[in-house]
Amino acid sequence: MTDKPEPITKVSIICASGDIESVYATLIMSNGAVMEGMEANIFFTFWGINAVKKHSMNKIKTAVIGNPAMPIPSILGLIPGLSWLASKAMMWRMNQLDIPPVDEFLEMIQAGGGRVFVCKAAVDMFMIKKEQLWDGVEDIITVGKFYELAAGGQIIFT
Amino acid sequence: MVQKTIAGKNVEVNDEGYMTTPSEWNREIGTALAGELGITMTDKHWEVVDYLRNSFNEGVALSLRKVGNSGIVDIKGLYALFPGGPLKKSALIAGIPKPASCV
Repeated sequence: MTDKPEPITKVSIICASGDIESVYATLIMSNGAVMEGMEANIFFTFWGINAVKKHSMNKIKTAVIGNPAMPIPSILGLIPGLSWLASKAMMWRMNQLDIPPVDEFLEMIQAGGGRVFVCKAAVDMFMIKKEQLWDGVEDIITVGKFYELAAGGQIIFT
Repeated sequence: MVQKTIAGKNVEVNDEGYMTTPSEWNREIGTALAGELGITMTDKHWEVVDYLRNSFNEGVALSLRKVGNSGIVDIKGLYALFPGGPLKKSALIAGIPKPASCV
């Protein structure tokens, strides 16, 4: 028998995409971490910031074009509203499984002590104002600060 | 599976400490299991435990969100009652299987 591996006690998760898949992978893993008694930090950057912008956070979508896993031909993705419909279907099914909308999910994570941050470089690049962000965003931070926060834990990129 | 004496009663638990026969559970066992986790039971703890047991008996798939929406306590309150494991610790104390839920 080898020694039991050290349990993970802290995760810092980077979300750089604004599609349902990346955002929900981030949220489920973060929430799972706090539910297991771990520390969790989330760092939203690039398009991932759409998940913490007030006007877009509950309207994130899945790609129907250029998504090889989507069981429909990409060409059909040109039909207006198809991405919206596919996203609605996914969100409806997730809600049945008790997977909440983005804002409620982030609140759940915070209730468990999880912390939510946004990348300064992306905020500057997309010219986002602090007031456009969800109120639960703790801070807009540099990558250096992110590494400082992540110290002693695992970093996960979705 | 291992046999364990809890609150003077012999019960079977799995390797994570969850009781394998929920019908063997009683409040004394719940109090003792909570004590092992460093939790002192209050009325609010019991309300959550009763909710979990009733839901389990009705075949409901439990999740943190469901307990948070139960009207007993919000999610922040659940974390305060069962630090470091709002769903897994409360389920262990309630003598039901560990909920197989990612949320």
